[in-house]
Amino acid sequence: MAYSRALHRRRQATNVIGLGVATLATLFGLVWLVWILGTTLYKGAGAIDMRLFTQMTPPPGEDGGLLNAIVGSTVMIVLAVAFGTPVGVMAGTWLAEYAHGRAIAEAIRFINDILLSAPSIVIGLFVYALVVQPSGHFSGWAGAVALAMLLLPVVVRTSDETMRLIPGTLREAALALGAPKWRMVTSVIWPAARTGILTGILLAIARISGETAPLLFTALNNQYWTANPGNPLANLPVVIFQFALSPYDQWHRLAWAGALLMTVLVLMLSVSARAALGRRK
Amino acid sequence: MSAAVQQTVPLPAARRRRAGARVGDTVFGALARAAALLVLVLLGLTALSMLWGGWPAFRTFGWHFFAGTEWDPVTRRFAALVPIYGTLVTSAIAMVIAVPVSFGIAVFLTEVAPRWLAGPVAAAIELLAGVPSIIYGMWGLFVFVPFMADHVDPWIDASLGTLPLIGPLFSGPPLGIGMLTAGIILAIMVVPFVSAVMRDVFALVPPPLRESAFALGATRWEVVRRVVLPYTRTAVVGGIFLGLGRALGETMAVTFVLGNAHDFAISLLAPGNSIAAAIANEFTEADSDIYRQSLIALGFVLFIVTFAVLAVAKLMLLRLARQAGR
Amino acid sequence: MAEAEARISTSLTGTAALEESAPQIAIRNLDFFYGSNRALKGINLSLPARQVTAMIGPSGCGKSTLLRVLNRMYDLYPNQRATGEVMMEGRNLLDASIDLNELRSRIGMVFQKPTPFPMSVYDNIAFGVKLHERLSKSAMDERVEWSLARAALWEEVKDRLGSSAMGLSGGQQQRLCIARTIAVRPEVILLDEPTSALDPISTLKIEELIDELKRDFTIVIVTHNMQQAARCADQVAFFYLGELVEAGSATQMFTAPRERRTQDYITGRFG
Repeated sequence: MAYSRALHRRRQATNVIGLGVATLATLFGLVWLVWILGTTLYKGAGAIDMRLFTQMTPPPGEDGGLLNAIVGSTVMIVLAVAFGTPVGVMAGTWLAEYAHGRAIAEAIRFINDILLSAPSIVIGLFVYALVVQPSGHFSGWAGAVALAMLLLPVVVRTSDETMRLIPGTLREAALALGAPKWRMVTSVIWPAARTGILTGILLAIARISGETAPLLFTALNNQYWTANPGNPLANLPVVIFQFALSPYDQWHRLAWAGALLMTVLVLMLSVSARAALGRRK
Repeated sequence: MSAAVQQTVPLPAARRRRAGARVGDTVFGALARAAALLVLVLLGLTALSMLWGGWPAFRTFGWHFFAGTEWDPVTRRFAALVPIYGTLVTSAIAMVIAVPVSFGIAVFLTEVAPRWLAGPVAAAIELLAGVPSIIYGMWGLFVFVPFMADHVDPWIDASLGTLPLIGPLFSGPPLGIGMLTAGIILAIMVVPFVSAVMRDVFALVPPPLRESAFALGATRWEVVRRVVLPYTRTAVVGGIFLGLGRALGETMAVTFVLGNAHDFAISLLAPGNSIAAAIANEFTEADSDIYRQSLIALGFVLFIVTFAVLAVAKLMLLRLARQAGR
Repeated sequence: MAEAEARISTSLTGTAALEESAPQIAIRNLDFFYGSNRALKGINLSLPARQVTAMIGPSGCGKSTLLRVLNRMYDLYPNQRATGEVMMEGRNLLDASIDLNELRSRIGMVFQKPTPFPMSVYDNIAFGVKLHERLSKSAMDERVEWSLARAALWEEVKDRLGSSAMGLSGGQQQRLCIARTIAVRPEVILLDEPTSALDPISTLKIEELIDELKRDFTIVIVTHNMQQAARCADQVAFFYLGELVEAGSATQMFTAPRERRTQDYITGRFG
């Protein structure tokens, strides 16, 4: 039998080196995770106190809180979910239940997947042209529309995928009872797909909660108290952005506190959504 | 008579209900279709509005918009080579780092790690994808920029900076901010996306194909290099393009650390700019129409380029999915 | 049909060889576990050198599992383990100290479905050879031609060595996989239902090939197809629910099985 010892030793060495380097690459990736989350936790935890939730964002050089930013972000996220979810679920429903493999459906899925990764700053520019310019001023409405556009593709995709996983026998059973199709969808398919659709909405909220770029020229910022989306609206990401780039220590502390709040919220949402998705599979 | 009534009375009611069902179906179906078409319309409108908004800049400056380096709000002369160059260079740096690291992570997760370890490690890497990009930016500005300025930049300047030919790329004052720093942060952001795609497509390789290679006496590394990678090649490239699309359009992470400079610099250690960062920094401060239009024109360029890159990515990923589905 | 009968009579004459030929591999007291599930129970079996041993039995009886023990394929997966002895040249193949890459260069395997690698016909053959030997270009060319010729594929592919192996027909792909295995020049070839995904004509070619290959290689074949076992094998082993019910020369097994269960299975009363 032909078997070269030297060649064999070299192959084993290559194997060990190759797999070893792969392990190192993984460690390399984890180092950044620990470094970034560690920094956020360390700097943010030191800056968190009750004033964050009770006081307004302060003028330069003074202490204060993030109350108006937290409220503004909440208002816009709620509005975005209210705008984006019905459209997203209906679009997903059409793709899964009505399209029947039509080419246009494949095109929509394709475009939707691209929108999923499209640069969010461009969405901001679009909403600026769509809402801010015609109305003449920055507003919470514009911010909510921009966030809704980012939320939409996530909801479309998860609801489409979840509904397509539902076995056809369930549809046939509903239709065989004489139910019209829209009843079949609303009272059989949607309840069956509920977990998946809700998970998708959670994922989408996680995504838009941290988005900054599209809010820069839609909601802008507002140092005063308001929950009215007709005005420019303070929000966590833009406040963090402006405060972090400022020269004031108090603002830096608030930026880190806000960063920690946002990171914890976003990671909790996405981890629980992923866990729910994982369990379903 | 009563018998006849009993037979005929339910009929009209049933008919009415069926007519109601037809109307309900029509309305519901139309709403659903409209929602689905809205996805297409939004994309089209986005592209159109950018083109519309940026058109005056393209018309005023012509091809020079892409070739010149002056960006002067005072004289109102705008040409975008510096941010375009910055976008391409930072993304290139990001991919040079992210591709091998992602490949390593995917190999580790599929071939090296025991199952009890692979799950948590994969989840941890996915956490990186969940961290909002502004956190990367802040961390970059407050932690990574000083680190680069103190420990990495001086060393690069002293070693690589003195080399012939490529020296100018790596020489300069150790500011910490600049395209190299931005590229590294982009790489960290992109790694979870690319490694997740690679891991998923590696899992699509049919077990008998892997086993055949093992049955010939191949080592794990040889199976990856010679069988798994060739089998998944198009999808791996698709994953890389997906990461590239993300890197090109990323805004907040690079805005903090690029330096918002509009002077053309060849060195990776010098402050630079990118399309997304320029828009984020300057759009609300643009004080003339042509200034704002130039920024929108930049947005249009970014949109078209990322759209093309992401479309290629998607097509390549679809190809493997179809092959594996056969 | 006459041809098949002729082959059965050849294996009759092979019975004499069965007794005198030294075992290539001797399996003693082999147990195999998937987690806590015992899939093979106390197997004792000798695989004679340069003969064809066919393993038959209903699905899930453990015959494929035994095949995957012989080249330690189960090592790829957690929670699978084997205990006992598989002796080859005085060494227990189940020992942790056994070098798996070397073991697999000596015991080749062909799978149920063709598994061409995504590369050219030539590179498919060269892949395995390059793992174990350093050959010059001309020596490699020679080896590729030799193995393709031994696998009765050379004439069909000699003009398209550079094109992708994925373009071959199913039967050609399977013969390519056989060529790829023998190109490494193993001593033993394991075939896991190699014709179950093929049409009758391709099946016939592969059976003829097996008959031809046993001059140089010890062959173990798992098959569902009783006729195939009768046509190809010198020795037949019947498995049922993880146990080796009985093993003997093909003639004896198909004409006068000692065990009732063997008889029932062979005559098609179950399985």
